Amino acid sequence: MAFAPSDEPVALKILVAGGFGVGKTTLVGAISEIRPLRTEEILSDRGVGVDDIDGVEGKTTTTVAMDFGRITIREGLVVYLFGTPGQERFWFMWDELSYGALGAVVLADTRRLTDCFPSIDYFEQRGTPFIVAVNCFDGADRHEPDDVRIALDLDQEVPVLLCDVRRRASAKVVLVTLVEHALKTLTASQR
Amino acid sequence: MRRDGPQWLDDEAGPIVRPYALTMGRTRSSGDEFDLIAMVTVNPSKAVDESLLGPEQVRILAFARQGAISVADIASDVDLPLGVVRVLLGDLHDQGLISVRPPAQVAPLPSARILKEVINGLRAL
Repeated sequence: MAFAPSDEPVALKILVAGGFGVGKTTLVGAISEIRPLRTEEILSDRGVGVDDIDGVEGKTTTTVAMDFGRITIREGLVVYLFGTPGQERFWFMWDELSYGALGAVVLADTRRLTDCFPSIDYFEQRGTPFIVAVNCFDGADRHEPDDVRIALDLDQEVPVLLCDVRRRASAKVVLVTLVEHALKTLTASQR
Repeated sequence: MRRDGPQWLDDEAGPIVRPYALTMGRTRSSGDEFDLIAMVTVNPSKAVDESLLGPEQVRILAFARQGAISVADIASDVDLPLGVVRVLLGDLHDQGLISVRPPAQVAPLPSARILKEVINGLRAL
């Protein structure tokens, strides 16, 4: 890949957030070539009381695996997907991940809706454009997007949609909805 | 994944060499600020004496020679933790062997034209 100076490659970052086991890995895998990305984080006092380090007192780092996918739109235009580690104790990584991010998909499971509260709070506070995608699990009651919006106390402009992250077509709709929302946010801020 | 002979450790047991041993224990470097999607390119003008580099750095240079590649791609390709890769990239950068360009869109959002292109591209997948 060679790029002319006038046509600098553009890389965009999209985050996939949500509670543990909500389907983040499946979503990234449905739409992109997924690869693991490891980080080895220094254990700070933020881990104290959370990480059980009895017997491994010498351990000063902890390994966190992230989902990482890449979608090539064309040569020189690439979208990177990052599945954010769900547990709150990895929040120190979120600042880096969300820096310069185009937007975020918050995946929700209606049986455990509260799991996505922290993600929503985080992106609201940072002003990162986000959408809520409700992953329709087998056996879970179907809820209308508007009911979910009320339950999550979301602003009217935040898109909420139902999806099945196992299906590529559905994953595509989720990402398109996010980028459209980011575009709308961008246009509104330039007005 | 079976190898010949008795296997005492599998990947689950973690690396035999602790990751930051590759950086001689350093966890900080000039590479700390490299964004996950910053693009790394090899400086063609700079002669490389690979005997002075570690094997991991040689591998990183080999990946980057194939074209501009992101920091996250490199970490995934060489299968090393991001923090370790940042230190190794910082060293290569200090020696002038690579250039690292922050993602074009970091300030603050990409243009509407680019976003429309992404939307159409995603629909066409």
